[in-house]
Amino acid sequence: MVGGFLLLALVLICAFGPMFSAYNFEDQNLANAFRPPSAAHWCGTDQFGRDLLVRMMIGGRISIMVGLIATFVALVIGVTYGAVAGYLGGKTDAVMMRIVDILYALPFTIFVILLMVFFGRNIFLLFFAIGAVEWLTMARIVRGQILSLRKMEYIEAARSLGYSRRRIIFRHMIPNILGPIIVYATLTIPAVMLLEAFLSFLGLGVQAPMSSWGVLIKDGAEKMEEYWWLLVFPGGVFSLTLFSLNFLGDGLRDALDVRAAKD
Amino acid sequence: MLRFFVRRLLETIPVMFVIVTATFFMIRFVPGGPFTTEKAVSADVLRNLNAHYGLDQPLYRQYFSYLGNLLHGDLGPSFRYTNRTVNEVIADKLPTSLELGGWSLLVALGIGLPLGIMAAARRNTWLDYLGSSVGMLGLCVPTFVLGPIAVLIFSIHFRWFNASGWYGPEDRVLPCLVMGFFYSAYIARLTRAGLLDMLNQDFIRTARAKGAGELRVIFRHALRGGLLPVVAFLGPATAGILTGSFVIEMIFQIPGLGREFVTSALSRDYTMVLGTVILYAALIIALNLVVDVVQVWLNPKLKLE
Repeated sequence: MVGGFLLLALVLICAFGPMFSAYNFEDQNLANAFRPPSAAHWCGTDQFGRDLLVRMMIGGRISIMVGLIATFVALVIGVTYGAVAGYLGGKTDAVMMRIVDILYALPFTIFVILLMVFFGRNIFLLFFAIGAVEWLTMARIVRGQILSLRKMEYIEAARSLGYSRRRIIFRHMIPNILGPIIVYATLTIPAVMLLEAFLSFLGLGVQAPMSSWGVLIKDGAEKMEEYWWLLVFPGGVFSLTLFSLNFLGDGLRDALDVRAAKD
Repeated sequence: MLRFFVRRLLETIPVMFVIVTATFFMIRFVPGGPFTTEKAVSADVLRNLNAHYGLDQPLYRQYFSYLGNLLHGDLGPSFRYTNRTVNEVIADKLPTSLELGGWSLLVALGIGLPLGIMAAARRNTWLDYLGSSVGMLGLCVPTFVLGPIAVLIFSIHFRWFNASGWYGPEDRVLPCLVMGFFYSAYIARLTRAGLLDMLNQDFIRTARAKGAGELRVIFRHALRGGLLPVVAFLGPATAGILTGSFVIEMIFQIPGLGREFVTSALSRDYTMVLGTVILYAALIIALNLVVDVVQVWLNPKLKLE
């Protein structure tokens, strides 16, 4: 619950905070550069005199958006793949899950880095690349759940009514396993945000003039020797967000008691 | 056991093949080459360069000659470092990354295992809460936040260590602690969960009924099974430590392979990128194999599958 409220507060601040601020996130004011936190600039200013608080809120929008959209991509791929494998069963299932096992063993971070380097640092590609990496566990969980539903009587009934496979999977089975899917999606969001920040930290993620928490942390780390606030505030907010998401996910998992999501 | 091992070993061949092929063609279909620099190179020079490195030949021929060399363990010449082969660059940089990773893994196990065991043995006491909060902290403060903050506190404020570099033994302390701490959090959580799972089983009650002390119950009876999730995690974790070292090597300016990989990808040093990817993939696959074998050894039930 605490996690949920904290998260809600962070999202609301990022969404509406900039409207109430006297500063714009891209207005430069060189006379005002590198000011430590004060009453006028609560979190200080950066090398161009931009207000760090507003930049953190704008960066937070991007970070949270990447977290949500990439998780959604992972969700769509993972649920479809897992459901198909679990429903069809037999040889198809064995082959499909073996592929997942093999993909698990691959150095995916390296491939995401290569993708970002070679195909331009496009934010939509970023969503897709991260989503394409994070779907594996989701596929496993969904498959396990579908497998256990397959023998239920109401599925038998639906099948005897002559419904198509697609209709049975998406209309009858998936709604019944939404619990574990939601729990795992909540736990995927922090993993995705971490990956985005990791890429941005290496300079491969979100590009200027846009900003994300990863970018701000990177900038802060470069200048921390003299200007500690540039690192400490973005780092702190990012950690706080991860904390609330993990906390929320753990809480939901305990409440819904999903064993499959436990790994 | 031997059959299992051989079968898993054979399975890695197609996987490696797919990785090599996919990476090779992915790199080639990208705009820009290793010799596209800011300053224009004359057409003659470019033609000579391409001919020298065999880049003027048809792609399929380049691919097969690369595969042929690869089978001999030859990763080709580096495009960026003139007169150096990829093998030489890797031989130069890999030991640093391995040293960093090895110490970090030791730190991770050294902090994580005791913390997890204590938390499970003293469930719902302050020791347990301490373990859990450290675990949560590790999950939420990624290395690229923890690293710079550690530098800020210990190098800049207290001046105990150098902020960057990789010379004396004191330069190992901060990077390895930062990286190890992140993984120790996972290990502590997994150890606690695995051990608690075991401690609720009937054979533990039997051991207790026979009068075995608490220490003996934990270390002789429960730990072997309780460590299974930790061992399973160590495969991906080692992969993570290898790739995670990109960030650590950046922060602390360590001349390792991770930093080399990022720079070579940015400068389109085809052979260097390809060589590094192959090396990482092979390392990770080999480690997963070791993990599988250890798992079967810890849990004989798995042998049946």
